[in-house]
Amino acid sequence: MLKQIEGSHGVAEAVALCRPEVICAYPITPQTHIVEDLGALVKSGKIENCEYINVESEFAALSVGIGSSAAGARTYTATASQGMLFMAEAVYNASGLGLPIVMTVGNRSIGAPINIWNDQSDSMSMRDAGWIQLFVEDNQQAVDMHIQAFKIAEALSLPVMVCMDGFILTHAIEGIDVPDQKQVDKFLPPFVPRQVLDPEDPVSIGAMVGPEAFTEVRYIAHKKQKEALDLIPQINEDFKQIFGRDSGGLISTTNTEDADTVVVTLGSVIGTIEEAIDEQDEKIGALTIRSFRPFPLEQIRSALKDAKRVVVFEKCFAVGIGGIVANNVRMAMSGTNIPVYEVIAGLGGRPITRKSLHKLFKDAVKDNLEDVTFMDLNKDVVDRELEREHKLIQAGSVAENILRDGGVVNAAKTT
Amino acid sequence: MFQVRIHGRGGQGVVSAAEILSVAAFIEGKHSQAVPSFGSERMGAPVVAFCRIDDKPIKLREPILEPDALIVQDPTLFNAIDVFAGLSKNGYLLINSKRSIGELGIADAIHLPDDKVRLVPATEIALKHIKRPLPNAVLLGALAATTGVIKIDSVIEAIASKFPGKVGELNIQAAEAAYKLIKQNNQEELTC
Repeated sequence: MLKQIEGSHGVAEAVALCRPEVICAYPITPQTHIVEDLGALVKSGKIENCEYINVESEFAALSVGIGSSAAGARTYTATASQGMLFMAEAVYNASGLGLPIVMTVGNRSIGAPINIWNDQSDSMSMRDAGWIQLFVEDNQQAVDMHIQAFKIAEALSLPVMVCMDGFILTHAIEGIDVPDQKQVDKFLPPFVPRQVLDPEDPVSIGAMVGPEAFTEVRYIAHKKQKEALDLIPQINEDFKQIFGRDSGGLISTTNTEDADTVVVTLGSVIGTIEEAIDEQDEKIGALTIRSFRPFPLEQIRSALKDAKRVVVFEKCFAVGIGGIVANNVRMAMSGTNIPVYEVIAGLGGRPITRKSLHKLFKDAVKDNLEDVTFMDLNKDVVDRELEREHKLIQAGSVAENILRDGGVVNAAKTT
Repeated sequence: MFQVRIHGRGGQGVVSAAEILSVAAFIEGKHSQAVPSFGSERMGAPVVAFCRIDDKPIKLREPILEPDALIVQDPTLFNAIDVFAGLSKNGYLLINSKRSIGELGIADAIHLPDDKVRLVPATEIALKHIKRPLPNAVLLGALAATTGVIKIDSVIEAIASKFPGKVGELNIQAAEAAYKLIKQNNQEELTC
């Protein structure tokens, strides 16, 4: 049924339709509305046979999730930002133990400096933790990918993160076609766990593995992720048959065939990028990566092979080297001699506007970009702060200095 | 596409106003997108929310930089932030105030024809009907009357769906009151 609802509410309804048996969560902006709505759905009895567990931290949220999933319950949680960091050890454990938990990440920056707004640093901090990571473009995909996520997770016995841009999607109210229960039941059968902790038939999981077997266990984790490269498109096909919508797959492309320049990105920014592309005359195409882990090297290479240049837009970066997504894309493009430029944009919630995109496209089509560009960076502010640091040993904190430079008068004064 | 930017302060229902407007457009079979400005909202702090309405799906996710209509729920914001930034030359401006443009000291900042600017004593109308100083529904009624971008019946239906029961009924009364005052061009009531 088509509804005009908040993205978070849509996700809560989608998770409810998947008949979760345990939901344990700790609220953190910007995912709070999702777990609040799920709490209300459990309390009102709209989700049957489900236990909603309030916990004291994110570490507990995912640890309880590990326990309930190992006991054979379909398990869901959600997090963001520092919450993801706080549960980091459990994040690795969930995948290492092969537990098909589904977790929403309402993508948000990581401090310090503390910042509640959107970028994708949180998901990226756990990109190598062994979870499948699916990034969505809009709230329809957010709903659809949660339903697919349970199926993918349980087919592989691996946990899945559905990554949606915080605020931009979680707090956006737009039209969402929420599937009905019959359709979801047809698509997603009851959970049959690969391993079960049962007091009647005791087993242990999580045993110590020494040097004699650790490499083999880790190799299988890698191989299973690679298997997901076949499984994710298959499950999307199954989804399409039942729901009549193409919402998943590994990547999606717009006009990449005859484009000279292809913009590669993740998440919701593709909407604004496509609008900006439509407003200009250069042959620019776009590629959105839905599955960041596993990373679809072959599909990306094949989609980009005729481009003259590739511009990777990402809301995150690895301090000390540059773009994270761009580095992965370069790996896909190795040996092709097609230049891959990286653009870091939208950090800590800075809006990505068509105006800035047009300027960037103009430079890109002339190969007039640096290897790494920080879009809309205020160089004057940066230069002034660097000069202060150069002049004064006790120059104070960079964050507070830059706030004061920008006129935020109550930031702490420097000595 | 028609873009509305709503300015107000935390507690005035700015975010709810954008949501209700988007639901009203949805009721009319249009595509719409409502998004709050992203901050740690608290009572009294400046808050912005956006609503886009279109006949085709809306892909754009940037903040509304060039609104076709601007709703200002709190006139004390003029001293705090540049609420008029990017307002289209053909845009509409609705301000919650019983004072005039001159009295508000914003005459130099506004470059719009007179028929596109409306001052509505929304707080007073809300106090009369809702008994609380919540100007959001009143200004949506005023938006329907001034711009025609949305029907008053859709606004009423959207308010009822967001706030079922008594609260919704009172807000609907308030929105309808503003709608009628503007449609009848009742200057006496509009200036209180």
